[in-house]
Amino acid sequence: MSVALAAPSTGYVIAAIAVAGLITLALRALPFAALKPLRKSRFVQSLGRWMPAGILLILAVVVLGGELAGRPERVWPVVIATGVTVAVHLLARRRALLSIAAGTACYVLLLAVW
Amino acid sequence: MPRSRRAGIARGVADSLGVGIGIFPLGVALGVLVVQAGLPGWVAPALSIGIFAGSVELLLVSLLAATTPILTIAVTVLAMNFRHVFYALSFPLDRVSPGIPRAYSVYALIDEAYATYVLLPAGQLSSARIVAGQLLMQAYWVAGGLLGVALAGILPARLEGLEFALVALFVVMTLDAARSRNEVPSLLLAGLSVGVALLAFPGQALPAALIVYTALLALRFVLARGSDDGPDGDVSRDGPSGGSRDGGSGGAAGSATDGARRGDPGSAASGADA
Repeated sequence: MSVALAAPSTGYVIAAIAVAGLITLALRALPFAALKPLRKSRFVQSLGRWMPAGILLILAVVVLGGELAGRPERVWPVVIATGVTVAVHLLARRRALLSIAAGTACYVLLLAVW
Repeated sequence: MPRSRRAGIARGVADSLGVGIGIFPLGVALGVLVVQAGLPGWVAPALSIGIFAGSVELLLVSLLAATTPILTIAVTVLAMNFRHVFYALSFPLDRVSPGIPRAYSVYALIDEAYATYVLLPAGQLSSARIVAGQLLMQAYWVAGGLLGVALAGILPARLEGLEFALVALFVVMTLDAARSRNEVPSLLLAGLSVGVALLAFPGQALPAALIVYTALLALRFVLARGSDDGPDGDVSRDGPSGGSRDGGSGGAAGSATDGARRGDPGSAASGADA
């Protein structure tokens, strides 16, 4: 791995993927094990009830920000496509598939013509 | 196969379609990226099966191509995937059968699976439904990657913007989660958290926002305990609406209180039924 310009070796790629996979699995599995004895705690129950809506909002804002990062010319396409997604979702009776397809198609079109 | 399980699998298939439209094109992008980075084609499915976490896989392609030290990769993965720690607090893992189904459900707990199943009332969730949904989400991701590898040489120009499906997915999920007025305090605190995080830690906004958000909810718990209702008082008004057509797929347990607990039942994933 010291030779920066050479193609990475198969052993290195497999080891890196294995390490990344084990860390990801641990992050997903350990909290469930740790929370088991706390399941009855009112604090843990309240957090579990309050968290989902906010986590989804945070994910939405962060991926929106990622789409804009370093690309100021994309502000309007992002704003318009997000507006289309929201409008279609509210007007067409919350059919997720339709709203996502409409917003994405709108964005792809805007990037192509902008 | 018992009828209830078949119905659960059918529900899982329907659940997976809504997020599949975001997952599949991103998978194609991953496959194309792998080839463009000069890595062998098998790296795409190896990433999608060995790790199965979209954003980290996309980043890992460039890290692998640059032969980044494994320790650096480990730290990066730890930081980027730290958000998963918070999913254990609300993901309905108790609805998944113990053993292999539950182990798979934990391994495959991507953002999209969390977003799909955290909003549904426990009464509508069965082990077959959740595991089928997650298996298909991974299938779209792996298949997209393979298609991307195959297309990489042929594609004339890149079709830009398909990754917006992920943005649209989370926007739609947030809208569905925000249907009940009871969610307003959580959404305000989350908005504050992500605003602070983007300003203070632009490079690590996601984990920072989740930590600030958790701290604010802990504060809310302390304050709510001082009031008459207690922290549980605010759920009683939030009755289920429109989820009854799902009756056959889940256990009878759960229903009203669990429906309220998880927010509004007629939401995200069942919206994909259409």
